[in-house]
Amino acid sequence: MSPSDTEPVIIVENLTARYGDVTILKDVSFEVYRGERFMILGGSGCGKSTLLKHMIGLIKPYAGRVIINGIDICRADEETLQAVRKQIGVLFQADALFGSMSLSQNVALPLTEYTDLPAELVREIVRMKLGLVDLSGYENHMPAELSGGMRKRAGLARAMALDPMFLFFDEPWAGLDPVTAAELDILIRSINEGIGATMVFVTQELASILSLGQRVIMLHKEAKGIIARGTPGELRETSTDPRVLNFFNRHAM
Amino acid sequence: MEEMETTGYRLSVEGKTGEEATIRLAGRLSLDDLEPLMADLQAIPGRLKPRRLSVDLAGVDYLDSAGALVLIELQNRARALSIPVDLLNVSEKDHGILTLIDPEVLQRPPLRPEVVQSPILETLGELARKQFRDFQEIMSFVGELVTALIYCLAHPRLVRWADVTFYMKRAGADGLPIVALISLLLGLIMAFMSSLQLKQFGANIYVANLVTIAMVRELGPIMTAIIVAGRSGSAFAAEIGTMIVNDEVNALVTMGFDPTRFLAVPKVLATMVVVPILTVYADLFAILGGLIVGVTGLDLTAFTYIQQTKSSISIFDFVTSLIKAVVFAVLISGIGCQRGFQVRGGAEGVGMSTTSAVVSAIFLIVVFDSAFAIMLYYVRH
Repeated sequence: MSPSDTEPVIIVENLTARYGDVTILKDVSFEVYRGERFMILGGSGCGKSTLLKHMIGLIKPYAGRVIINGIDICRADEETLQAVRKQIGVLFQADALFGSMSLSQNVALPLTEYTDLPAELVREIVRMKLGLVDLSGYENHMPAELSGGMRKRAGLARAMALDPMFLFFDEPWAGLDPVTAAELDILIRSINEGIGATMVFVTQELASILSLGQRVIMLHKEAKGIIARGTPGELRETSTDPRVLNFFNRHAM
Repeated sequence: MEEMETTGYRLSVEGKTGEEATIRLAGRLSLDDLEPLMADLQAIPGRLKPRRLSVDLAGVDYLDSAGALVLIELQNRARALSIPVDLLNVSEKDHGILTLIDPEVLQRPPLRPEVVQSPILETLGELARKQFRDFQEIMSFVGELVTALIYCLAHPRLVRWADVTFYMKRAGADGLPIVALISLLLGLIMAFMSSLQLKQFGANIYVANLVTIAMVRELGPIMTAIIVAGRSGSAFAAEIGTMIVNDEVNALVTMGFDPTRFLAVPKVLATMVVVPILTVYADLFAILGGLIVGVTGLDLTAFTYIQQTKSSISIFDFVTSLIKAVVFAVLISGIGCQRGFQVRGGAEGVGMSTTSAVVSAIFLIVVFDSAFAIMLYYVRH
């Protein structure tokens, strides 16, 4: 939680990502510390989402490794990987709520699958999680009936169902109006500070980067890797790289 | 000092019934032990009925939101019994989680009650209404489709011919192997089964008539239509349905295209061309199947079998069978597209519309075939 708490919980080492013959990322290394809000920035097509998919074990890297909580998820067997996945919550860009289930069924799904809790307790946890994201009362609504911001929050409630140590966000602010986005910022901050989960964001939303980001890395398409690291403030104020400055000042290249 | 455990929680209670009591919690209060922890703690206020309850969290080294939920439920339970509760030695981190949870939301009823199975009469009524609405939608789509087709007839340049040839390949050429195989087998079976009976009367030669008439008049068009409905009708529904889900159809509308003309007309035109051709192929392959049985099993020569086949059908039979095929083609592609446009929601909606496209198409094929059978009987006589 405190800035001095610099125990690395996610370590990415010399990661190289390829789709077929196309190299997306080359020799990317960085660490994420416990409890921090870590952001991966970069323009469209720079490999942000690819990097995220590697970090949550959806894609195996071409070379290098990803270590989460001391476990190398690129070489772990299926059983270990499953255990690591329970520690991970992911909020996908398109919220990925199951359209055929009500909100409470969406949130209850991981709970009923991974625990033996009685239905009454599951219901209670679901109610609490929906309360955490300001959606109390919406248990029996279907995802299609909700606005974009509400669906994002419902997705977050589902990602948090098992009290994961790590929360990954893929473009959580995409498609939200500034007010809703700012509300989501506040919610994410209070959850991060309250629950202490380590959060990794992939984003290009400048306002939220500046208000929420504690440490960031910036990827670039041509560099196929990291071109800058530091706090958002540092990068904006002290960077001399025109690619970084243009990003933070919203200039065309 | 006790040694720290890495998993599980420890709980001890001090104090007598009716007096002040202290619950000491230690270890991990997490989702893993939620059920026993909840049961243990919930029992305490009722059992001891203390004047005041203190919960000492000094030994807690991990608390997640499920653990916090337990503490809040304990407070709620105690409050119901009018027992004041104090949480002692709450670490800063645990305090963060506890303040995050609003005790009030745990009691708040849902804005909408859970959907429960309605009584049988209501379900029946709902079903009937849905059927009626469905019928209305189909009728209005038929109207749109006919308008679009007539418009395209008047303005052939506006038809997307590239799409038409694409779907002709998809629904026609790609479907030929399976249509050929099934018809051949059907011909073999029909010839074989009928020969067992006809042999007894020395009427082997009439196997040719039986296979040909059955195939050309009835089974050829209907079998082909059913295969095309399964292969292509479902594909049309899934394709258009997914486009609806991805807002692609809305994009077409905003660009000023008529979705029916843009998406449905090429598919309908393509199937109208290929289904009759496939039907002819189906007839031929079934006759070939009959021929194989006739030559190998019934001592007929290929020449006599073909002569008999020729004499058993008229041009009238052949033409009406092609007309039937065209009608079936319109039914299959029309219902496929209509079910696609009907999709609402997401992945589940696409699945339902695909199923419904095939089921409705097959149903309509059989209904129209019966109508044809009666009509043609009176035309012939």
